[in-house]
Amino acid sequence: METATLGDVEIVRALRERDEATFAALARDYHASLLRVAQIYVSSRAVAEEVVQETWIGVLRGLDRFEGRSTLKTWIFRILTNIAKTRAQREGRTLPFSALQRPDAVPEAAVEPERFRPPDDPSWPGHWSARPQPWNAPEERLLGAEVRGIVDSAIEELPPAQRAVITLRDVDGWPAEEVCNALDLSETNQRVLLHRARSKVRRALEDYFAEER
Amino acid sequence: MTQPLEQLSCQELVELVTDYLEGALPDEDRRRFEEHLATCDGCSTYVEQMRTTLRVTGELKADALTPEAEAALREAFREWGAS
Repeated sequence: METATLGDVEIVRALRERDEATFAALARDYHASLLRVAQIYVSSRAVAEEVVQETWIGVLRGLDRFEGRSTLKTWIFRILTNIAKTRAQREGRTLPFSALQRPDAVPEAAVEPERFRPPDDPSWPGHWSARPQPWNAPEERLLGAEVRGIVDSAIEELPPAQRAVITLRDVDGWPAEEVCNALDLSETNQRVLLHRARSKVRRALEDYFAEER
Repeated sequence: MTQPLEQLSCQELVELVTDYLEGALPDEDRRRFEEHLATCDGCSTYVEQMRTTLRVTGELKADALTPEAEAALREAFREWGAS
């Protein structure tokens, strides 16, 4: 695992010196990601927001114990995860252990099996029977508000672990390794969750573009 | 001489797209993947759509910290700082 960066050391020093602006900047930077990860464990957004608030208090109280053996980011997310898990237990929720540690337990196809020729097809088993049609949308439409809205709703509908992984990776732009560290996920499981999430978002866009044909 | 590789089916390929885009496919699998893509319009479109999906997702904005939440955090920071 990566150890603290030079930036981390400076941030921690500023916090220890009671630099409020540094703290506020840190809270703004990590807010969305912390909220997403908290939502893996707790039932509502309101509770997730409380977990994030508690996390920052935990970060400040624990600051003197931060030794730089992980990055500051990983350390903050570990604190969040602990608080979220405790909170989930208090809520009587079963922890989504399998969603994170064994995402493969329940198989899930990226594309409905009906869209392929059956395994006993004499010439092309497993090849497209209903292949995807190009979207042919101009760039400004593709990146416009309506299409973004489709993607946003598709992400909202994902199971929480998939939603957290796709948000951290593809919205917030984190590298895979940081997502693995923050969520305590293996590389393979991180990819399984990302794959399922991306496949569903693609499908939502495909449905959207198909409606206008 | 290299052995002719067993062909990947489209149904198998769509399950490998993320490993492919993440650079996580072993060399031989990557070669089979790319060979399939070169001759399959359906799968080329699929991979293209997946890249487009990533691009659109990258345009989404992260949820911002509300001014109220930030004020509460600053308050907590001052309390901590005074302790």
